[in-house]
This record gives sequence, structure tokens and C-alpha cells, in this order.
Amino acid sequence: MQFMLLFSRQGKLRLQKWYVPLSDKEKKKITRELVQTVLARKPKMCSFLEWRDLKIVYKRYASLYFCCAIEDQDNELITLEIIHRYVELLDKYFGSVCELDIIFNFEKAYFILDEFLLGGEVQETSKKNVLKAIEQADLLQEVNFSFTRISQILFNPCIITGAYLFLQRSSAEQFGYFTVNIDVYVQWKFQQSGQKICW
Amino acid sequence: MPAVSKGDGMRGLAVFISDIRNCKSKEAEIKRINKELANIRSKFKGDKALDGYSKKKYVCKLLFIFLLGHDIDFGHMEAVNLLSSNRYTEKQIGYLFISVLVNSNSELIRLINNAIKNDLASRNPTFMGLALHCIANVGSREMAEAFAGEIPKILVAGDTMDSVKQSAALCLLRLYRTSPDFVPMGDWTSRVVHLLNDQHLGVVTAATSLITTLAQKNPEEFKTSVSLAVSRLSRIVTSASTDLQDYTYYFVPAPWLSVKLLRLLQCYPPPEDAAVRGRLTECLETILNKAQEPPKSKKVQHSNAKNAVLFEAISLIIHHDSEPNLLVRACNQLGQFLQHRETNLRYLALESMCTLASSEFSHEAVKTHIETVINALKTERDVSVRQRAVDLLYAMCDRSNAQQIVAEMLNYLETADYSIREEIVLKVAILAEKYAVDYTWYVDTILNLIRIAGDYVSEEVWYRVIQIVINRDDVQGYAAKTVFEALQAPACHENLVKVGGYILGEFGNLIAGDPRSSPLIQFNLLHSKFHLCSVPTRALLLSTYIKFVNLFPEIKTTIQDVLRSDSQLKNADVELQQRAVEYLRLSTIASTDILATVLEEMPPFPERESSILAKLKKKKGPGTVTDLEEIKKERNSDVNGGTESTPVNASTVALPDSPLQGSLAELVTGPRPRPSRLNSSRLAIHNLQTGVPCLFKGFFTSEEHSGFWLISLNTSLLSVCMASELNIQSTPSPSADLLGLGAAPLTSSAPPPSSTGSLLVDVFSDSASVVAPLAPGSEDNFASPDLASSEVVSEEPADTVHDADELIHKFVCKNNGVLFENQLLQIGLKSEFRQNLGRMFIFYGNKTSTQFLNFTPTLICSDELQSSLNLQTKPVDPTVDGGAQVQQVVNIECISDFMEAPILNIQFRYGGTFQNISVKLPITLNKFFQPTEMASQDFFQRWKQLSNPQQEMQNIFKAKHPMDTEITKAKIIGFGSALLEEVDPNPANFVGAGIIHTKTTQIGCLLRLEPNLQAQMYRLTLRTSKETVSQRLCELLSEQF
Repeated sequence: MQFMLLFSRQGKLRLQKWYVPLSDKEKKKITRELVQTVLARKPKMCSFLEWRDLKIVYKRYASLYFCCAIEDQDNELITLEIIHRYVELLDKYFGSVCELDIIFNFEKAYFILDEFLLGGEVQETSKKNVLKAIEQADLLQEVNFSFTRISQILFNPCIITGAYLFLQRSSAEQFGYFTVNIDVYVQWKFQQSGQKICW
Repeated sequence: MPAVSKGDGMRGLAVFISDIRNCKSKEAEIKRINKELANIRSKFKGDKALDGYSKKKYVCKLLFIFLLGHDIDFGHMEAVNLLSSNRYTEKQIGYLFISVLVNSNSELIRLINNAIKNDLASRNPTFMGLALHCIANVGSREMAEAFAGEIPKILVAGDTMDSVKQSAALCLLRLYRTSPDFVPMGDWTSRVVHLLNDQHLGVVTAATSLITTLAQKNPEEFKTSVSLAVSRLSRIVTSASTDLQDYTYYFVPAPWLSVKLLRLLQCYPPPEDAAVRGRLTECLETILNKAQEPPKSKKVQHSNAKNAVLFEAISLIIHHDSEPNLLVRACNQLGQFLQHRETNLRYLALESMCTLASSEFSHEAVKTHIETVINALKTERDVSVRQRAVDLLYAMCDRSNAQQIVAEMLNYLETADYSIREEIVLKVAILAEKYAVDYTWYVDTILNLIRIAGDYVSEEVWYRVIQIVINRDDVQGYAAKTVFEALQAPACHENLVKVGGYILGEFGNLIAGDPRSSPLIQFNLLHSKFHLCSVPTRALLLSTYIKFVNLFPEIKTTIQDVLRSDSQLKNADVELQQRAVEYLRLSTIASTDILATVLEEMPPFPERESSILAKLKKKKGPGTVTDLEEIKKERNSDVNGGTESTPVNASTVALPDSPLQGSLAELVTGPRPRPSRLNSSRLAIHNLQTGVPCLFKGFFTSEEHSGFWLISLNTSLLSVCMASELNIQSTPSPSADLLGLGAAPLTSSAPPPSSTGSLLVDVFSDSASVVAPLAPGSEDNFASPDLASSEVVSEEPADTVHDADELIHKFVCKNNGVLFENQLLQIGLKSEFRQNLGRMFIFYGNKTSTQFLNFTPTLICSDELQSSLNLQTKPVDPTVDGGAQVQQVVNIECISDFMEAPILNIQFRYGGTFQNISVKLPITLNKFFQPTEMASQDFFQRWKQLSNPQQEMQNIFKAKHPMDTEITKAKIIGFGSALLEEVDPNPANFVGAGIIHTKTTQIGCLLRLEPNLQAQMYRLTLRTSKETVSQRLCELLSEQF
């Protein structure tokens, strides 16, 4: 694989990973061209296209496009499943992942990708092993109640309402600075999951 | 999720990201970012030392800003500081920043490398992992230099954790890709291969990628990986879906690893060991069988993973190309996918079938799907799928279905997407030419092409149709009639006007008998389009008009009126004006004889690689379109047997090596110091130029058309002019070449002209003194250094046969070229052979400016040769003027097979000395060789029939030239044999077949050439029905490689 790009329907780049040395200028040019090409394609079209001398494999998940550039002899279908496995990993880690998770925790998205793919090749395909590696890393961190942790609890649909109330209270006490941003985030998250916010 | 803390939230970062997201405009965003950058900068510069957390937070903010697409020019040092932090998250963010924003600042790299070195040595697997990820992400040469030696050790060390091994393997892979020179091969390689046996499937997955890449470059070193990969694969495909636990993906056992193993096996030929081979075949069969089983899950992930393995298995089957059974099964499987409801599968099936079509075993099986593919072309909604369908149709096309496929492609072209039209046009043009049984079909197809997609028909395509029409007289009348009819459409594409103008100008006379296409009607029809056309087309039409003046004298006055009109004679475009003036003048002053000579029909174009194919290759990148036909064509080529390419125009024009060349060059390039002997000839040309003002120049200045038309003015003088003109364009330093006339070999390998210098006098009788001035200036010659050595020639023993055999060998695989050259004389050859007959043109060129007297070439055959080879020729004029060239035709008949070559002896007087030169004339047995195509089965049957020991001749010899497959193929074809593809089970070998035609018998010949790259040797085996023929052909061919 030569590179992987994640971008939104509006064409905003959310994650970029390059496995070949290219200049920043060249990277920007490629991104621009590719985002345009992929966004122009209709939903029922096939997920592969020839682009320059590469093959592009892409798939859309909700508002995000995942797009990989592979070489001529590489396998398209397995690349499609690389994308899916990555989405599964993100989903499992963030718990029902959404675009905002990747925006606010972009560094995590990169870390997970590095555990899964390295140098453009699949390093570890077992979901358990990848997440174990990430969790081990998390264990090494100083124990502090984190933003991510809150969202972890928060976006588990079962405890969502309670958690929100918990957050309201706790954030007012301990994390007063969160309230505004979390509000936006939570509302958005609710819209994503199709639930009404009732408070 | 375990109840542990996930990451540490960086409050400031989250706030900053929210702020950015809340920005309503780009300007507001930039403002916010600049504010933040200023803040971070002041923090980094501040007196107060930052704690790790703040540093991490700011570095992370910078990273975010960079990923938004803004430039970051500071913060690197802080990131490097984070690398040496003991806190994992800080280290992690530091590495992330370095990976994304690495800067080749050498001091920084040193610091980074230092931190990496510490982490690698830390024995802490998570730290080691981070360091390895960083190396793999950056992959710079500096890192390769620092760590390429270290990483293999980590990889194969017994106590390394599995996860570190995985990272180390892929890290090494990345370094090997960017800087293979820093990665030393060594003991570790064999231990890496054994990682294929590791119990941890993650380690195997990572190692397989590394081994595949290494094996591509060092196949010998990793050969043992084949059997290990096969057994690993076998264990995976036969395992139950639950056996591999988390490595099973949607009920498919280890799909990623399977695909990688199958890719690794594609680096090698089929395994030699029968057991391994059998096991592999079993695996492939199992994979094919599984495709037929009902799916274990309805999820698309299940079918994707399963089919990913299937497609990779099919790639391997195609790569091995040795099991007809598997190939046909693969083809059937793909056939099912062609109608699958998943667009992705249809796409991949079309793509994969393209490669299957080129295998001999499955070509027929692929062809059975033609209707489905045509249907895909018509109904697929996705252009990229239709594109694949076009590719597949192109790949499966052969003589049997060409008409149908071309018709369908033409049909599709009418509605095709603009993005792929040009490629389809090229493909149609190539198929139409390649598989044309009858050239009227070809002409129709191309005209249709221009009608449907005129804008996408490139120059190459319409040049090609003209070349073919010119070269095939059976189609000329039809072509004229068809273009005439096509031109009658009220709106026709300019390309059609070009083709029409050209063809009518050449062959309009063939349809002039019909009152509906009388000369005047033809002219009026063309002229009605004239005003709508661009300048180049108009220029071409003007040339058509002057050709009409010659073809149809009855409309000469009409044409003269048109040329005389103000819109032509005073046209603002210089090119058009000049043509009008010159053509008008030419039509007025020249007699009909002269017109007939000057405007003679175009001579056939030399056969060469189709320009269209070259274009398609260029479009698709080298190596994607390989075609034997093209090589076969080059066999008849006028140029050197076709192995080297010469600029198109330069090679079509004759290029005698005469003093004229130099002087003309000078006329064009401007005065410069020159040897005085050039003066006289320069003067002569100058006279000529003033006599017919500007005539040459007019032809020269127009770009490509001048190429065509100029040749039609078939006089050697013009040819010379053109040649030197072209030479100037194509030779980087013309002065060096052109002034070193005496010693310079032919710059292009083009043969001498077929018309002689004398024609020049006929055409331009006004300045008849052309030839005369050449001689008087000759005294100067003796002063010139290169001719001083001419005495050496005369001192040579009179009847030396020059480099006898070497010369013969030079001509074994080609028919044209320079046979002999010294300071005085150049002998050029041009020959053609059909069955047992041949004709050879020998051109004797006097390179000096002095006359040769008593010039007598004689052909000498030994008695033995006389009985098997019949040569007939006429004597030539005994005086050869300075700078002139004479031609001698030899008619050849092969009565029976022969061993030796006839000798050409030339005697003449130059100055006061008598010259005697003998050369062997390269008439060899293989010239009467006609290629025969045959299938593998026939070949082996005949091969067995010729098993008598006398019938076989074998020679093992060292390669004299670099062992290049394409050159070898070209040589075998040039030798006269057909090159049979896919006959020999070993694709590296070459197999050929043909018939030697003699008057008395026809002798079937089979040959096989086995190259051994390692030893740089060849083994050549010939089997023919006659011992002497086997022997002679073997001798001749052995010298070629």
C-alpha cells in the first residue's frame, strides 16, 4: 500500500498516512485530486479505480471515506477488508466510532493504524492483539480521568442517559471547562445514533 | 472494554479543536490558528521550563495544525525532547510528530536516531515498538544507515517478543524498499525464512511480506521459502473456520496471510519437487472448491475475504501457467463472477480474465464469454467496469472474432465516455489492422472510426491507414471510392478530409472513370471542404491539388485558377502562400514528363512497428502491450532488420553518403569554416535553388506532411536534401558528422536511393550543369587527410575477401544495410526474398569526387554453388562519377540448398591506381526460409518425426551479445523462422518453425534455442529433413547470439 487517506463527504482530510516518500506539495496535490475523484463517484459504483499507475480502493462509512492506494499486483478485495478491519478496530476502541472521535482523538487513530499496518503492510490482523497493544499502552499512562474515558462511558447507548447526567454533575464540579464542548459532542453523537436527547 | 484509563485527555487540545470547528470562515480559522501558533511559540521560548504534559499538549496542537494543511516550522526540538521522556504518552506523541513531520535537518536526525537507539536498547517491548514504528514511518536513508544492521538482529533474536518481531520485520521491509544497499544479506536471511513456521500467525503475516519483497530481488537466497509457504498455506486452507481463533475473519481462516503466501509463491516458478507441487495444486483446488460452497455468512466481508484469496489463487495459477485444468477452472469461476450482482466482483473478474486470455490453455475458454463481456460493455453503469470490458475484449480478440469485437467496440464508441474514447480508438485501429483478412474491411473500419470519434483519432491512426493503403495496391481503388463517398457527407471531420485528400491525391485516378466521381467532381468535393479546414489540412489539400494536376491534366486550368486566386497566392499564412506559389509555378513551367516524375505515386512505406501500437504502449506504460506481430512485421523492414529504431522520416528517405550532404547541411545551418572541396558542390546546389526558387524550402517547412509529399517527389536530389535536413534535426552535433564526410559511416541505416543521380538532370534541365562542377573541385581532395589513407587500400592484396564471415553474419537476420565501406567506395544492399526467389539491389557509391574508371563488379560462384544457386545480373556502366551512385540488380534463384556464399569482386581505376575489392555477398540459405505457424501439439509431433540423428544438429555456445529476450526474438524472426509462443513448457526457451524453399525441394525446419543466463550460454537445436540444411542453419544461427 502506498498511502491511506480518510476524508469527509465535504472533502476535509481527517487522516493521512503515507508509506512512500513524497514531498508535502506532492501529497497535497494527490489528496486534492483523489478526494475530488472519489467524491464524484456514485454510490453503486465499484470500489476500485485506476488512478495514475495505482489502484485506488475506497469505501464509505457514514460520513467518512476511507481510501487506499495500492500497487498494480496488490489484491483489491483484501485491501477493502483492510479498510473494514481498521474501521472495526476504531469502532471497538472508541465504542461506536464516529467522525468526531477521529477528529478529537486523531492521535489515537494514528496509533491504532500503526499497530495494524506498518510500512504499508498488514502487521497484525487479530483484533484482540491490536487492541491489547493499544490498551497496554494506555495502561502505562498516568491514571487520570480523561476526556476519552468519559466518551467511552458516554456513548455506550445503555448507560447514555445516566452518563450524561453524571457528566453534567461531575463536569460541573471537576471538569467545568468541558461543559460547552461536551454538549455539542453529545448532541451530535445522539443525532448519529438516531436517538432523541431528552432532558 | 476494561475499566482502565484510555489515553489522557488534553483539555487544551480539545478546546482548540472545538474552536477550530466552530470557526465560520476560513479567515476565522486562520486567525485562530495564528493566535495559537503565537501562543505556543511564546510558551516554547518562555523562560519558564515547560513540564512534559504542556510540551506534549503543544506539540500535539502543532501536529493538528499541520494535519489541517498548514505549514509548521518550529516545535521539532520540543518533539525530540519528548522522545527521551520516560512517560509513555509523551514519548508516543513525540514519535508521532517526528513520523508525520520529519525534517531532514541533519542535527535533528542525529538526535532522533539517538533517542531511537536508546529505545531499541531498552528491552522494553512497548518502547521498542514505538521506535520501530517511527523508523518504518520515516524510512529515510539516514535511518537506514543507522539501523539496517541492527534490526535483522532484533528480528531473529530468540528472546524478542512476538509483537516486536512483527514490527521489526515490516520496519526492515520499509528500509529495504527505500535503501536496499544498506540492508546486508547474511545469516539472518535463512532464519527469517523459518519465521514462516512460527506459531504466532501475526509474526508469520509480517514476515511473509518481508520475505516476498526480499525474494523478488534475491530469488536464490529465499528459495526454501516456497515449500514452507506451501505447507503453511495448506494448513490454513484445510483448517476449520474456528481453528485459527481471532485470525479467522468472518469465517475465512487467515485471509490476509493466505493472500500474502500466494503472493510470495508468485515470485517463483511452479515448485520442482513433485510433493510440494502436488500439495500446492491441492490447496489451489480447495480454494476453487470453496468458491462453489454456499456462503457461511451473508456479510459482504465474508465473501470479500473469501474471494480475495480466490483471486490471489487465480493470479498464481495464471502466473504458473502450467496446469490447463486449473486454468480452465479459474476461467469458469471468473465467468460466473462476470454476472455477479456485486459490481466489485464483475470488475475484478474482467480484470483477471484479461491475463487469462493471454494463456494458451485458457484463451479459448475465455473466448466463450464474449457475449457476456459485450453485454457488460453495453449495460454496465460504471465507466471503470466498462473500461475493463474493453480491455478484455481487446485481449480476447483473435482472427476468429475480430470482426464482431471491432464492430461492438465501434458501436460502444458512439456512446463511450470521453475519458476512454482515445484508448478505444487506438485499440480498434490496432485490432482492425492486426486481424484484417481483407483490407477493405480495414479501410471501412478506420473511416467509421473517424466518422464516429474524429476528435479522438490521433495523427498516428490516420497516418497508419494511409501507409497501409499506399503499401497495398489491392485496396487502393476501394479506398479511393470509400473516402470519396464518405466525403460527400455534409459535415465530415477534418481528419476525414485529410485522409480523403491524401488518398484521392494518390489514387483519385482509379475512380475517375465513373462519371459520378469524375476528376472535376473529386476536385470540387475536396475544395468545398477547403475553407472550413485548419492551415495544416489546407496545406495538405494544396498538395492534393498539385497531384491532381498530374493525375488529371484536364482540370489543370481549374486548379491553376484556384492556386492563382488571391486567397491562396496572398494568403496570410506563409506556408500556404508558399505552397500556392510553388505549385502554381511548377504546374506552369514543368513539362508533363517532369510533372509525372516529380509527382509520381508514393513509393511503399517501409514496414515498421505500427505507430499506433507505439502510442498505445506509451499511453499504457512500457511493457503492458507486447505483441509479436509487430516484430514479425519488422522482419520485412527496410531498416536494419528492425532491432533499432530510427527517426521515422529520416529512415524513409534515402541517404547517400555524398558530399552533397555536407554542403546542404551548410546551406541550412549557415556558413561556417569548411574544407574547400565542399565549395563546388555547394555552388551546384545553390544554382539549383535559384533555378527553382524555394521549392525545397516550401516542402521542408511544413511539419509532418512534408514527410509524405517530399518522398513522392522521387528524385535523389530531393531525397538528399531531405535527408540532410532531417539529419540536422536528428543528430545532436551535425557539424561533426557532416564535415567528417570521408570517414563518417552512414548516420542512419537507411539504404541508398533506388533512383539514381541522373534523374536530377532530367527534372531540372535548366540547371543541367549540376553534376559537372562536382568533378573539377576534386583536386582538393588529395589534400584532405582522410583520403590520404586511400593508398593503403590499393596496397592491400588484390583479392582479399573483406572480413568474410563476419559480414555474412551481419546480414543473416537482415536484408538491408551497408555491406562494405572504405575511403573510396561504399556498397549498400537492399534485398527481398520470396520462397525460392530473391532480388538484390547492390548500390555502389563513389565517395570521392573523382571518377572511377573501368568499374566492373563480377559475381563469382564456385562450381558447387553454381549448381545450387542461380544468379543473374547485368553489367553496370564502367564509369562512376564522383559522388554518384550506381545500382546493380541481381536476380537470385535457389535451386537446392547450399553452404557457401557467392563472392562479389569489384575492380576499378581510381586516379592512377587499380583497385580490387572482394566481398562475400550475403546470400545465405536462411533467406529462403518462410515462417510456419503451428500449435504446440503439431510442433512436438513433427519434432518427434525428425528424430533421426542425422536430421538433428546441436550447438552449444557462449553468448556473444547480451542475452536479451526481445532481441533474441527479433533475431529468430529476422532469421526467417516463425517464433512459436507457448510451445516450449519452459517460457525462457525459444521455439521456431519454417520451411526452406528451393526449386527442387521444400525442407521443413524446426528449431529450439535454450538460453542459460547463469552460464551465459545457449544451446541451439535444429531438426530438418535434410542433414546439410540442419548443419548450415545451425552454423548461421549460432553466430547471431
